[in-house]
Amino acid sequence: MLGEGIIKGLAETARNFFGSYVNKERLTTVQYPEERLPRIEATRDFPFLVYDGDDWEKGLRCVACQICEKECPPKCIYIEKSKDKKPDAVGKPQNYPAKFDIDVSVCMSCQICVEVCPFDAIKMDVQFELSSDDRFGGLLLTKDKLAKSNEYYHEIHPTEAAGVDAALAEDREKEKEKQRLAAAAAAAAAAAKAAAAAAAPPTTVAATKDGAGSGGAAKEEAK
Amino acid sequence: MSVLTEASVDTVSMPADDHLQGDLLEISMGPVHPSTHGVFRMNLLLDGERVVKLKPVFGYLHRNHEKIAEHETYLGSMPYTDRLDYICSITNNWAYALAVEKLAGIPVPERAEYLRVITGELTRLQNHAGLIGFLLQDMGASGTPLMYAFREREKILDLFEALTGARMMCNYMRFGGCRCDLPAGWMEQAKKVVDEFPRFLDEFESLLRTNEILMERTQGTGIVTREQAINAGLSGPMARASGVNYDLRKVDKYGIYDRFSFRVPLGEHGDVYDRFMMRLLEMRESLEILKQAMRDIPSGPHKDPNTKIRNFRPKAGEAYGRIEAPKGELGFYLISDGGPNPYRYRVRPPSLINLTLLEQMCIGHNVSDIVIILGSIDIVLGEVDR
Repeated sequence: MLGEGIIKGLAETARNFFGSYVNKERLTTVQYPEERLPRIEATRDFPFLVYDGDDWEKGLRCVACQICEKECPPKCIYIEKSKDKKPDAVGKPQNYPAKFDIDVSVCMSCQICVEVCPFDAIKMDVQFELSSDDRFGGLLLTKDKLAKSNEYYHEIHPTEAAGVDAALAEDREKEKEKQRLAAAAAAAAAAAKAAAAAAAPPTTVAATKDGAGSGGAAKEEAK
Repeated sequence: MSVLTEASVDTVSMPADDHLQGDLLEISMGPVHPSTHGVFRMNLLLDGERVVKLKPVFGYLHRNHEKIAEHETYLGSMPYTDRLDYICSITNNWAYALAVEKLAGIPVPERAEYLRVITGELTRLQNHAGLIGFLLQDMGASGTPLMYAFREREKILDLFEALTGARMMCNYMRFGGCRCDLPAGWMEQAKKVVDEFPRFLDEFESLLRTNEILMERTQGTGIVTREQAINAGLSGPMARASGVNYDLRKVDKYGIYDRFSFRVPLGEHGDVYDRFMMRLLEMRESLEILKQAMRDIPSGPHKDPNTKIRNFRPKAGEAYGRIEAPKGELGFYLISDGGPNPYRYRVRPPSLINLTLLEQMCIGHNVSDIVIILGSIDIVLGEVDR
């Protein structure tokens, strides 16, 4: 019969229309911004810097190694290394970023900076309401705007953050152990040196100086 | 001076009744909004309503993809491939990863292959669901079919977001596997989506498949013959709608596609209706593949542990990796000189090649038919212009 297909189609539309009053599945939209969908855990948009503790300047995990700056495909990260060093998240003395800017108008949210970071310092945020009336300054996120606490990281990506914390704790233990061993070795060496110095002071000093000198020359040659 | 003064193909002969014939009208037409098929223009020469000549104008979305890739690291190009055919980013990733794996000889673990098939077929589902919605929107079925299609597509995009973190720019594949493994609960959710999908297809088919207006409008419109399709190098659903039995999943058996049993639907007439049906049928076959892959997926590593993501330098050589993307054969051709970035990087986009027959398909039809012919080709200008 001519028109059968049309009637069948219209019946389908009617079923969907009336169904939307009783069936939640047929009405999938929400009224943003009053209503919001639950956030999916893996969601990512722009990077942020994680810090431990209360003071963001002291606790930044970033050591300004500039790997993310090099690997970033659209080159939206700008880092300046500090001149001095401070202990990092695992307790090793490291540089820190004197300047760390991300231009989110260039960033394409690819997550490559997160993947290449060996220090778990840069992670993906979920903050998407970033509109600004200043199109140059407003979208250039500086260090202070990028720094977010580890608690915040736990809140937005709980599973991932727990894994990172476990790995960091392990590294911290290792570093402590290494420092303890180094300190013990240094103390032993100092004791041995003192003992040796007490036994025959002039010859040992000359020998050390000599050794250092020849070693330096060898290095020069190798270069 | 008109760009249409030089004839590129044979024009149809004019009607004999000269006294009725007015001047030919030259107009510029095209989807010019990025949220439609893309930014594209056609210069048309019309005799009344009929198309006498058509010249496509490309390049509005040219972003220098290939040249940028030659200055990026191999990994750095991966997120850019998302932006080629921005509707199916995962299959773009896959084709690029396949080319690099061939170039560097990287093995892919079993689980990663299954993850690739699952996400790739989900991509095909959401691309075809979106396309039939767009196509019907182009035909004037304003709103309803597109909204139904997008309602289903949204469920798959939610799966992508839970897995990769992004709905459209997934950046999921890595050389030698996938970026991350499935999160907890993902597989159950995906199984639910796959199980419920046939209900949507049934609903969609009863909505419009037998609609007399739609059949009248699409059957016999924009015909591509089998010979034309082969000569122009068409691929994907476009070629299969014309009866060319060419599916890289069967021909190349890349990845692990030889393990799944599925059929390749073929059209007879090569018109817009066949291309529309081709998408509906392919979705059912994709669901079959998904069911088998979800049943058989083994445990194990999700990427090759020996492949480092930094300082990646494949040895000098060349490779061509191709897959059956939802739109057709998507290939990446790479030449390496041993450095950290490719010496030459070339994309073979299915949309561009499928678009080459546009003029032959449109000549003799009305202006309103051009819209649906263009819609049935399934182009994404991100891929055409690159």
